[in-house]
Order: sequence, then C-alpha cells, then structure tokens
Amino acid sequence: MTRERGVLDLLLQTWRGRIGLGVLGLFLFLAIFGSAIAPHDPDASSLDILGGISGDHWLGTTEQGSDVFSQLLAGARVSIVVGFAAAAISAILGAAVGLIGGYFGGWTDRVLDALENWFLVIPTLPLMIVLARLLNPSLTVLIAVIGLTSWAGTGRIVRAQVLTLRERAFVERARALGARDSYIIRTHILPNTLPLIFANTVLIVAVAILSEAALAFLGLGDPTRISWGTMLENAFSSGAPSAGAWWYVIPPGLCITLLVLSVSILGYLFEEYVNPRLREQV
Amino acid sequence: MNTRWLAGKVAAALVTFAFVLVFNFFLFRVMGDPTSQLARLPRATPEEIQKLRANYGLDKPITGQFVDYAGDTLRLDLGISQRTRRTVWTEIKEALPWTLLLVGTGTLLATLIGAWLGVIAATRRGKPADDGLLGFSLFTYAAPEYWIGIILILVFAVWLPVFPAGQQMTPGEDFSSWFAQAADVAKHLVLPASAMTLMLLGQYFLIMRSSMVDVLTEDFITVKRAIGLPWERVVRSHAVPNALLPLVTLSAIQFGAVVGGAITIETIFSWPGLGELSFNAINDKDFPVLQGTFLIFSAGVILANLLADCLYFVLDPRVQAT
Repeated sequence: MTRERGVLDLLLQTWRGRIGLGVLGLFLFLAIFGSAIAPHDPDASSLDILGGISGDHWLGTTEQGSDVFSQLLAGARVSIVVGFAAAAISAILGAAVGLIGGYFGGWTDRVLDALENWFLVIPTLPLMIVLARLLNPSLTVLIAVIGLTSWAGTGRIVRAQVLTLRERAFVERARALGARDSYIIRTHILPNTLPLIFANTVLIVAVAILSEAALAFLGLGDPTRISWGTMLENAFSSGAPSAGAWWYVIPPGLCITLLVLSVSILGYLFEEYVNPRLREQV
Repeated sequence: MNTRWLAGKVAAALVTFAFVLVFNFFLFRVMGDPTSQLARLPRATPEEIQKLRANYGLDKPITGQFVDYAGDTLRLDLGISQRTRRTVWTEIKEALPWTLLLVGTGTLLATLIGAWLGVIAATRRGKPADDGLLGFSLFTYAAPEYWIGIILILVFAVWLPVFPAGQQMTPGEDFSSWFAQAADVAKHLVLPASAMTLMLLGQYFLIMRSSMVDVLTEDFITVKRAIGLPWERVVRSHAVPNALLPLVTLSAIQFGAVVGGAITIETIFSWPGLGELSFNAINDKDFPVLQGTFLIFSAGVILANLLADCLYFVLDPRVQAT
C-alpha cells in the first residue's frame, strides 16, 4: 500500500513532487541570489520606455525604462518572504487557537470557535485591505495583516483533530497518571497534530503569496520594495496592456502563478500523506 | 426540529452581523482615529476641530458613539464620501447592481461550466481529458484573476479588438432602444465576466469532479447498471443530480472569494461596481466609503451563507430529518 511510502519518497519519486520541489527551489534560489544575478538595477530608470525584448533587456523595459527581468528577480524575494512569514504567523495562531479550544472545551472552546467562525465568514481581501490601509502598508504590516486574517481554517482543522485525540487511550492514561495539561498538550497532542498543521501551512503559503500580490496590485504593497503585484499595478496603471507590452504584463503574473502552483502541489501532496482518504479521490 | 434548525441559522447570522458592526466601529473609530481625517483641513483652529468632533459625535463616551453608529448604520446612514461629498449609501446603491450583474453572470457560468467539466472528468478518471482538466483547474486557481483579466484585455481588446477593454457601456452614446443599451452592456460584460468565470471555474470543477467520483462508487449506481440501464442514462439521471448538492454549499463558501475577485476585476475593467468603489476609496484614503463597502461585503457574505444553508435545507432531506 502507498500509505507506507515516506514523505521523501512522495516528494522525490512522484512527478508532482519533483515539479513542485523544482519550481519552488528555483524561486528560492532567485529570492536569495536574485540581486547578484540581476543584469540591471531594478530601480534604475532610463529613456528606453516600454522597450521590447532585446539582448540588453531580456524581458524589455517598464514605463520608467527599468529592466523588467531585474524587477522580476527583486519581486521573488518579497513574495517568498511575505508568503512564508505570513503563513508561519497563521500556523502559530491557528495551532494555538485550535489546540486550546479543542483541548479545554467548554466556554473557552465556544468563544474561540465563534472567533474562528467569524474569521471564516468575513471576506478576507476586504478585511486585509481595510487593515493594510489603516496601518499604512510596509513589509511587516503586510505579513502581520495576512497572517492575522488567514489562520481560521488551520484552527478549525487542528481543533477537530484535537477533539478526537483528547479521547484517545494514551491521553486518558497520561491524565489518569496525573500529567498536567501543558505536559499532555506538549508531548501527546501537539506532536500528533504537527503533520496536519504543516500540510495546511504549506497551502496557506500559497494563499499568502496571492494575498500579497493582490494587495500590492491594489496599491497596498510596501512602497519601498518591488513585488510582482506592484509590477502588475505599475504595468496596468501606465497603460502597458493597451500598448501591447506583453513582456511587461505577462512575466510577473506568470511568476505568481508558477510559485503558487508549486507550493499548492506540495501542499496537496503533504495533505494526502497526512490524510490518505483524500488520495482515493484523485 | 425543522423550524428550530432554521431559527438557529438565522440567529447565528444576526450575531455574526452584530460582530461585524462592533468590529467595523472599533476599526475605524478607534484604530483609525477619525480626527486624523481632519488633517485634510490643515488650517483648522483647535476650536473648529472641537466643533467638528462634536458634529461627528466624537466627544461622547465610546459606548454612546457605538449606539449612534449602530443606529445610523441600520438606518443606512453610512456617512459622506470624502472624495465625492455624496452620501456613502448613494454611492453603494449606484454601484451594487453592477457588481450583482458581474458576480451573478460569473457565478452562473462557473457553476454550469464547472459542473459540466466535472462530469466529463469524473467519467473519464485517469484519462488524458481528466488530467488536462485537472491541470487547467489548478492553473486557473493559482493564477491571479486580475492577471487573467489583463491577459484577456491584451488578447481580446488590443491584439484582436473584438471587445471593449473597460467600462460598463459606451460613454456618451444615445441608445435608440432599451434593447440596444442592453446589447452594449452585454458586450462590455464579456471580458470581466470571463475573468470572473475563470477565477471560480477551477473550484466548481474540482468539487463537482470529486462529488461525482464519490457518487459513482455508491451501491445504487452499481444496482442501476446491474439492471441494465445504459451508462449514459445512469450518469445523466442518477449520478449527476446526486452529485450536484455540494456545489450549492460551495457557492456560499466561494462568496468571500467572489467579493475579493470583484474588487480586482472591477478595477481592471473600470466596471463601476462596489469593487471599483473600494479601489478608489483605498487610493484616496476615503475611510467612510471603505467602511461602508466593507460592511456591505460582509453583510453579503453572511446573507449568502444563510441562503445556502436554507437551500441545502430544502434540497437535502437528511438535514430536515435531524
């Protein structure tokens, strides 16, 4: 049966795992070494406005005459940093709320569950927009806003898992032997929910990358940094689509899509590993 | 009990909405101090600011302010736009039908096409058609909808100028008839509605596919086949109707995403709905409008969830039995 296959096997032996890892690895490489590879200063403007593809500018130039390819490399860093940092915040919040609510039950659980429900119902993008606008966007604010608005799904899943773990024999035995709640959560509950939290968090990374791009596209990006969303905003507001400047319009969106796709594929893979029932549907 | 189940859902929706009111109030009154908006009047004397604060009711204690705010909101008095100086409710009232038209068309098309493609994929599991559709739906899920919108503009408005790239109708045109105007609006609707459909399609497809896969393995399908019904008929009259149910719930869960999509897609196509209204408010820091649209978006999502619950209640006898 495939259940016995390890995570590493799933990652390295299946084509989905290979593609996901490969594309994510490429973008990680670009995020780290992008500024060294970049042929131009991404902020440097020139008179070559909306210039097409050439030997000097592999992906043409922007409405400011900056190099599209160099901006693309700079954008990789913002997307990856925001995506992973916001997902980490969301994982910690979701895990904490789910663990505490699920384990202690009673009123604590009711209040936390109501909070979770509320965050699940409220439309996320408008909420992020409102928060980012009020706080004035910067990289930190974006990470915080995205992390704070995307934890509810994780919380819900963790809570459900904790509810079943709480009644299991090994937990009851620990409790009967006089173990304290903090000890039981740390040694029995948390380790058994971690794979679930991890799989879910990988999927949140994808959501966070898309959220950052959407906020930046709407003019709520960190004004001091170039991100793929900012590039699309600049391209759109400067009329690049009507000028037919496809080299400026297509690459940033394609990068977002490929990065999100690779992260989602890995997330689904982990999710299937944690919950083999899902595999039957694919 | 049926009525108690429904009453519970309605009560939950009302409580959620009350939370939205509280949240909206604190967010804009406390976190974003409204007096900071008075910085728009650089030469205001302290007395004038004091008078303005009194006008806005800001000199009252916070609970009193909240009661005022809740009362005003329920009377649809959402304040005045700082950009246009018109009431926020007027702005919302004008924008809402355009958003409903765009969102409605997009959701309808995505449901129909998604369900259709889902059946195709589920009945050809593991075959090239299934793989292709899965890949396509993953791609449209990962691609930002506004980027898809820009590409649609690039291809269908710039390279092959068949559809207009923006706005809801040809500006300054005198339409000879009601029909001519509707046709013009429809032409303008094609690209934004396509972007909306492509954004939602992947989810509808995936849900319909997995729901069909589940239904097709159930015993009653095997029985229908065993009694000799043709496969086509088993799929059409027995599997599809049973597999459609999850799509109903999905349309409600998706509504939050729809709202997000409305903001970016309307921005791209200068579609004069609530999304574009929010976008303008973001850039102009027009907080009353932003607060108003956030309230309407939240209320819309809560209402959509409630409607989906009711629809589920009507459609699924198992819910009524509990």
